[in-house]
Amino acid sequence: MKSVTVIDYGTVNLGNIVRGLERVGACVRASMDSDEVRQADRLVLPGVGAFAAGMAELSSRSLDHAVIEAAQAGTPLLGICLGMQMLLDHSEENGSHRGLGILAGNVKVIPREGVDGSKRRKVPHIGWNALQYPPNRSHWQDSCLAGIQHGEFCYFVHSYMAVPENPNHILAQCNYEGLAVTAAIGRDNITGLQFHPERSGPHGLKILKRFINH
Amino acid sequence: MRNVRLIARLDVKAPNLVKGIQFEGLRKLGDPNDFALRYYREGVDEIYYEDIVASLYERNSLLDIIEKTTRDIFVPVTIGGGLRSVDDVAAALRAGADKVAINTAAIKNPGIISDVARRFGSQCMVLSIQAKSQGDSWESYFDNGREHSGVDAVEWAERGQSLGAGEILLTSVDQEGTGKGFDLSLLKAVSDRVDIPVIASGGMGCSQDLANAVKVGGADAVAMAHVLHYGICSLPELREACRLEEIPVRHSMHVDSERAA
Repeated sequence: MKSVTVIDYGTVNLGNIVRGLERVGACVRASMDSDEVRQADRLVLPGVGAFAAGMAELSSRSLDHAVIEAAQAGTPLLGICLGMQMLLDHSEENGSHRGLGILAGNVKVIPREGVDGSKRRKVPHIGWNALQYPPNRSHWQDSCLAGIQHGEFCYFVHSYMAVPENPNHILAQCNYEGLAVTAAIGRDNITGLQFHPERSGPHGLKILKRFINH
Repeated sequence: MRNVRLIARLDVKAPNLVKGIQFEGLRKLGDPNDFALRYYREGVDEIYYEDIVASLYERNSLLDIIEKTTRDIFVPVTIGGGLRSVDDVAAALRAGADKVAINTAAIKNPGIISDVARRFGSQCMVLSIQAKSQGDSWESYFDNGREHSGVDAVEWAERGQSLGAGEILLTSVDQEGTGKGFDLSLLKAVSDRVDIPVIASGGMGCSQDLANAVKVGGADAVAMAHVLHYGICSLPELREACRLEEIPVRHSMHVDSERAA
């Protein structure tokens, strides 16, 4: 059985991501032990809530260094929602906060103003939105999104968005009222999903299944 | 335009799914898990459970139901009814809920909105408002539309947003369970006032009501109960109706979760 360690840093309810991974056949262990994180076969970094609080919880348990080391050692790592945003260098959520720096880039607030300056975009972005290829991509075969159709809907809930430095690290985006919002990022063994695969129905489960089997 | 969310609302008097009219005259409809699973397979966007007797911690309570439901359902689940403290919210999230809807406790102590938002994030804190028409304004009610608060519903929505609520679940006490359509002026008054998503609830009788809630009322999501429970409309039919009205929704997905996963 495929074994996955879900990083437990105290701030989130892990039940649903654990249930989602189990549903697709993973043997799941939730852990807040940095040694276990270093030795994991696969890692999931979940997260909801505020960036600074999430980073503080990770570092108070020395999990930040453990995740960075595991990522450098090639362990498949999946960050979800806040867990995805923390993979980046830096966030502007309520100030200026340093992230894990596993992928170069920043986390910025979703602007309420549209391109014409007048339109009121609701923040947080809550709901189902379609996954789209970014400008430089035409397939997802090399990623966790393999088998997902362009235009497939997933469930988002967030007020901040990831802006990777290298556009090639954007795997998928979605259109939120005229704004291209990063939906998935990744390179090599690292994947980050802004949406919640464990809340995105059968297609979300498919993404989790692909993660545990590759 | 945003994709409008179709939310199945399940009022629970544990262990049964029930439905009343204006929160009165409840009828037992069956096992809520069976209904929830059916809606999930038909492609519902979210599920909202309300414990209408607010008996959160009793044996076979809503928390037990949620724990069972979320083993099979992989869309967002919100729970409301009887949540009085941050600890109650933590218990609901542990049981598998993604968000909580709070009405009575927030009216009695508005600070709970900020406490929940700070601890678990605004995305988790849904302010539930039960509004009853008072001529040209609406008053917030609690205890399932039985007690009135003296608080203006539209002002309460705005204050809730400033305290940290991430969404407003807006139920019209007058329309609830009647199937005569949403209170569109109420919806419009609230959605004009706040920047956070507003969920229309109470009164849906047909797909046209859904279209009106979005186009006239400015709703971001629509919660529906008896039209689904009694099979008056199915979710695929509602999606089709939205498409004809040019209301964006998630693509229709008939779900066989085991196969697709």
